[in-house]
Amino acid sequence: MPESAATFRRLYTTFGALIGLLVVTAAVSSLPSGWWSTPLSLLIATAKAALIFTIFMRLRDQPALVRIFALVGFFWLAIMLTLAAADYFTRFWPA
Amino acid sequence: MSAPAAPLPEAYADARQRDVANHLGMWAFLATEILFFGGLFLAYFIYRSTYPAAFAAGSRTLNFWRGTFNTAVLLGSSLSMALGDAYIKQGRRRALQVCLATTAVLGAVFLAVKASEYHEMYAKHLLPGRGFEAGAAPGLQLFVLLYFTMTGLHAFHMLVGLGLMAWLLRQNRRGRFTPARHAPIEMFGLYWHFVDCVWVFLYPLLYLIPR
Repeated sequence: MPESAATFRRLYTTFGALIGLLVVTAAVSSLPSGWWSTPLSLLIATAKAALIFTIFMRLRDQPALVRIFALVGFFWLAIMLTLAAADYFTRFWPA
Repeated sequence: MSAPAAPLPEAYADARQRDVANHLGMWAFLATEILFFGGLFLAYFIYRSTYPAAFAAGSRTLNFWRGTFNTAVLLGSSLSMALGDAYIKQGRRRALQVCLATTAVLGAVFLAVKASEYHEMYAKHLLPGRGFEAGAAPGLQLFVLLYFTMTGLHAFHMLVGLGLMAWLLRQNRRGRFTPARHAPIEMFGLYWHFVDCVWVFLYPLLYLIPR
């Protein structure tokens, strides 16, 4: 497919958004923290990764089959994390 | 264009189908990478929930600005990689060469900053094992061990990336890439962006643990 000026503009915009998100994470981390600090920083990291996946890694141009392949890795990861967490976080009960 | 388009292998009906197959195969590989790094993230979460104070203390031994700077450097290297991919699809080989070189330089800057951080950890007696800072909290050594394993594995991926980059730069100088033949650039880009994504998660988990 021919690459147009719009493609380049999209890449620069995405980079701007990524740097913006980086500034937000860094700024938030200097504020007083709470239980939400780590979930929030992980949420921002997920947003960054989603931008990289869809624009830089071109998932937006790919058919559904490729997108499913890309998500399957995270699906297995979620199974691994959930089952392991289910063990570790229920292993030690207070007496 | 100096190189002719590669003949389409028989297996494919058209070039689009070949491109999709390339992406599919690369994502299958990246799924194994997700699980590879995923095991370390799992260990990280388990030990962080077991030793929250030691992990917060460990995070404070790292330099916030170094981590933030390196994140920006990697995001920049991803941008230049994506630009290079777009340029070669327009047949602009020189522009691709500049983009690949920029990506390589930014990758090297990242590794240099990482190396200076490793050296600082060494100087502060924060290498896991014998001679580890005496009197440290029990979980601190685990944090540092995970820090070295996760960032070390990430840095190893970047070294592999820089090696492949040298090959791509050479191939491109010889005019091997054209708008019709650029799969190595696109597939290498997927690898490089993925390694960038891993760091995007390592950065808050290692450098930004709230106290």
